[in-house]
Amino acid sequence: MAKRFFILLVLAVAVSLWPPSGPQATDLLLAKITVPKPAKGKGERCVDDTDFMRRNHMSLLDHQRDKTVHRGDRTKRYSLKGCIDCHAVNGKDGVPVIADNPKHFCRTCHDYAAVRIDCFQCHASRPAPGGTAKASAGKSNTAALQSYLRGLEQ
Amino acid sequence: MTTRRQFLRDSGAFTATLASGATLIAFAEAQAEDGNKSRKVRWGMLIDVANCPEGCSTCVSACSNENGWGDTGNPLTDAQWIRKVAVTDPQSKLRRSLPVMCQHCAEPPCVDVCPTGASFKRADGIVLVDKHICIGCRYCMMACPYKARSFIHEPLQNQKPHAPRGKGTVESCTLCVHRVDGGRLPACVEACAAAGHNAMLFGDLNDPETEISKRVAQHPVRKIRADLGIDPGVSYENL
Repeated sequence: MAKRFFILLVLAVAVSLWPPSGPQATDLLLAKITVPKPAKGKGERCVDDTDFMRRNHMSLLDHQRDKTVHRGDRTKRYSLKGCIDCHAVNGKDGVPVIADNPKHFCRTCHDYAAVRIDCFQCHASRPAPGGTAKASAGKSNTAALQSYLRGLEQ
Repeated sequence: MTTRRQFLRDSGAFTATLASGATLIAFAEAQAEDGNKSRKVRWGMLIDVANCPEGCSTCVSACSNENGWGDTGNPLTDAQWIRKVAVTDPQSKLRRSLPVMCQHCAEPPCVDVCPTGASFKRADGIVLVDKHICIGCRYCMMACPYKARSFIHEPLQNQKPHAPRGKGTVESCTLCVHRVDGGRLPACVEACAAAGHNAMLFGDLNDPETEISKRVAQHPVRKIRADLGIDPGVSYENL
């Protein structure tokens, strides 16, 4: 029992001494690093918690891409097009910048983390000029297509 | 400190959450499949060659605009998803002009030869390239009897958001899969109708009630290279 008490005492002392010199050291450290500040997206909030998205966006996109290409699932949540639409950053000319520009939303963090992404070799890195609402019509329109095709008969 | 009883109780709760989550996923998948898979749709096209005037390339330019491919000044290597082909009967000298694109075969040779599984057929019969997996070997281009596929040789910029294309991958007509999934017609079919020719008809070949199925059943239609037994999804009338 006394042994256990001793261990607890040592732990308590260690914890109380842990932050060596308070917030000053952390501030000094942060001042040396330019942490990226990605631009805020449109709307109230992201499709998930920001912390969750920062850690998991790559898996979500990876999963969504297979569902889209192979199964035709074109839901907007977690779609790359959805990210691009919301997180477009305008350049000086008022037009959204492409991924060549370091101000591009994805580049702000990926440059910092030294992670080169190849998404934009194929995918558009900015929203379509006229918006993409037309092309993202939901599944319910399949019925509309069917009725249109039936209408051809008359 | 966590007691053994607490640990067991917590892990029990975790299992329960996981189980209900799994049920949710299964439910979502059943719903997603309802759109394309469970109805056993097979998208196809019927082209009435008699209504397809020589010299008209409305479908070609509509496809080019929709999907962002076109003339980059390298005619030998430029992508070509759909082309107008002129044919002449050697005996009667009868001339016909018809659009040829990916025929979305039921037994696609491009899928057979693909070493990575990038070339695949969707449940609704649309043959596509998954460019995430494509290594650009171009076996599919050699296997295709319709010369339907193109390889991208140069880096591209400003692609359409709905039609990603990039250097080092093979591509072809997608039957405007992004439009079909959204309940719209392929761009070529829409443009042909808008131009007043109505030579292209799009629909579900597996549903006997659709106009395309009725026309295919009631009129003599031909498929290009039908002798290969690969059952193309595109049929031609009056050819």
